[in-house]
Amino acid sequence: MSDGAEIVIRGGVVVDAGGERTADVRVRDGLVVEVGSGLRGGRELDASGCFVAPGLVDLHVHLREPGDEEAETIDTGARAAARGGFTAVVAMPNTDPPLDDAAVVAAVLARGAGSTCDVVSSACITKGRAGVELAPMGELYGLGVRLFTDDGNCVADAGVMRRALEYARSLPGAVVAQHAEDPALARGGHMHEGAWSSRLGIPGRPAAAEDLIVTRDIELAALTGAAVHFLHVSSARAVDMVREAKARGLPVSAEAAPHHFTLTHAACAGFDPLFKVHPPLRTRADVDAIKVGLADGTIDAIATDHAPHTPEAKERTFEEAPPGMLGLETALALTLTELVEPGVLTLADALALLSWRPAALAGIAHRHGGPVAAGRPANLCVIDPAATWEVDPGRLASRARNTPYGGRKLTGRVRHTVLWGEPVVVDTEAQR
Amino acid sequence: MKHLLSIDDLGRDGIEEMLSLAENFVEVTRRDIPKVPALRGKTVVSLFYEDSTRTRLSFETAAKRLSADTMSFTVASSSVKKGESLRDTVQTIEAMGVDAMVVRHSSAGAPHRVASWTDASVVNAGDGRHEHPTQALLDLLTLRTHRGPALDGLHVGIVGDVRHSRVAHSDVKAFHALGADITLVGPPTLMPESLEGWPARVVYDLDDVIGNLDVVYLLRIQLERQSEALFPSLREYTARYALTAARAKRLRPDALVMAPGPINRGVEIAAEVADGPASVITEQVANGVAVRMAVLWSLLGSGGSIV
Repeated sequence: MSDGAEIVIRGGVVVDAGGERTADVRVRDGLVVEVGSGLRGGRELDASGCFVAPGLVDLHVHLREPGDEEAETIDTGARAAARGGFTAVVAMPNTDPPLDDAAVVAAVLARGAGSTCDVVSSACITKGRAGVELAPMGELYGLGVRLFTDDGNCVADAGVMRRALEYARSLPGAVVAQHAEDPALARGGHMHEGAWSSRLGIPGRPAAAEDLIVTRDIELAALTGAAVHFLHVSSARAVDMVREAKARGLPVSAEAAPHHFTLTHAACAGFDPLFKVHPPLRTRADVDAIKVGLADGTIDAIATDHAPHTPEAKERTFEEAPPGMLGLETALALTLTELVEPGVLTLADALALLSWRPAALAGIAHRHGGPVAAGRPANLCVIDPAATWEVDPGRLASRARNTPYGGRKLTGRVRHTVLWGEPVVVDTEAQR
Repeated sequence: MKHLLSIDDLGRDGIEEMLSLAENFVEVTRRDIPKVPALRGKTVVSLFYEDSTRTRLSFETAAKRLSADTMSFTVASSSVKKGESLRDTVQTIEAMGVDAMVVRHSSAGAPHRVASWTDASVVNAGDGRHEHPTQALLDLLTLRTHRGPALDGLHVGIVGDVRHSRVAHSDVKAFHALGADITLVGPPTLMPESLEGWPARVVYDLDDVIGNLDVVYLLRIQLERQSEALFPSLREYTARYALTAARAKRLRPDALVMAPGPINRGVEIAAEVADGPASVITEQVANGVAVRMAVLWSLLGSGGSIV
């Protein structure tokens, strides 16, 4: 990860959990070795007008390997991550075969080693993500897995979810993460159930499907004392319930995806499956509630739910196409444009949600999420907050093209990304 | 107009123009040789991903009476089952040189997707629960025959499975555009989850409104809905919502009975009512060809005389 070469990131404002200060950053042998003013030498990366921040951490990406390498590979997904400023991503286990077995998890970790972003593996809660028998959580934990989830599927059986939570108490730092949508209510639905679904004739997935599972699993967290994480919360009621659960002192956390704070169900009006995602794009009131939850600390992380699909997979009808959209290369800019610029979040709050808070949830705070200080791992991103750019699906580093933001003008962009001391992105271009 | 994907594409003026045109084509269909050369040299393909012999035959008859060449692509005989994407199929058909695609699909918005991938004109022949605009036009044409061109103040009751009905979606828009008042009647499980933006009111008891309706439009009840817990039994559905002979006696003397067909006799409508004097169900079918001629001619015609 380092060849003894030294780089100096010059002229920027360093920002981490400790605050902001104007400083240069010297990096060598994978570590930050000096933070100060007037540093020179080695390879210099210009950061004038930019923020120098801990690398971003994404709790929720689908790298599609093994099984759907036509859509994305660990290699292309890691490159997309690096271009988005991420130095660590948590790979979701709904691959084929699923990550419910030590050999498959080990293979993913091996494929991820040496790529342009640290690949952290999650693993399934249940075998085959079938919601019936527990996956070998202890063995998987031994490989470094901290986040367990059947993402894409909800663990619908309350008894199974309870047992998973109880069992996870023997694994310090493990988090059981739920895709909260009751399948009995969401089944057959393809978008948020409401005015638009009724108008478009597309079967809906009601917000109640999410709210029911969030309510239930909060009570299971209370019953078992184990940590529950809610993936991609999208409904106003879910945000409120997570807030209440935290006030009760329960070990509950939640993430929100950029599409859930930037798009509403009205985006589905043209029947374009680029806007199909589970849980679905909801109402303006839900979008506003997500923003409030992000601002008041109820929601712990912004996670992309980066979900690559081949063009063929989306060249179907809305009902037939698979759910999911790309996120890695637009998450930071959407956060800056839609949340920081209008004053919903401060820059420091935004970076907390994109870096150090998810790093702590993923159990990788010793490697990612800062602080930017001598002796710490050199996993950094340099953000130009004033850069304006237009999303061009054809120019994404991801192998897939299914972004719903094509043509959208955004403000703020990742200029450089440094992974273990190596500049993997320089002036927005991936270096390998 | 390039495509007919939704009643929204027409508006009141567009609907009225289309109906006037269709009335001219009704005259054509009554000739000894019911055929005009209006679309000679044009090719119309029906792209049907869902069984519907009636609608497909109606469109193909309309195209033939306009002297267009027709092709038919149905799912059973297609490469869809081999995994070809909708877009690939559309582009393959386009490569053969077609001027219009008539699309029927079980998914909402399929014709909109097709329209985004082809230079041909696209006609929605029914997409999922979304719309069936030519059905709404033929319903209006039938109503006009009996009630004149304006429907202002006419009270139309649409009874049955509105939630899953593309016909109801298009009819509500089309009847409303011409000034009708619309009441949707059925159990809450068969009403749209949200009525926001729907120019209609909902009533759960048919007997409360049956005597006030100028038109009773009976939607076909799909037998599999019973297994989805949407209503307890066909027997209960019939008792509460069917146009039985007893209920039909309470209709206003000039009320009309309509249905999109095929009807389930004895389920949503009693056989003697379907065949009775108030019923215009067979007229609806007859008007389908004329309406589809009008639509194809509007999209593909040169704008000259139809004869």
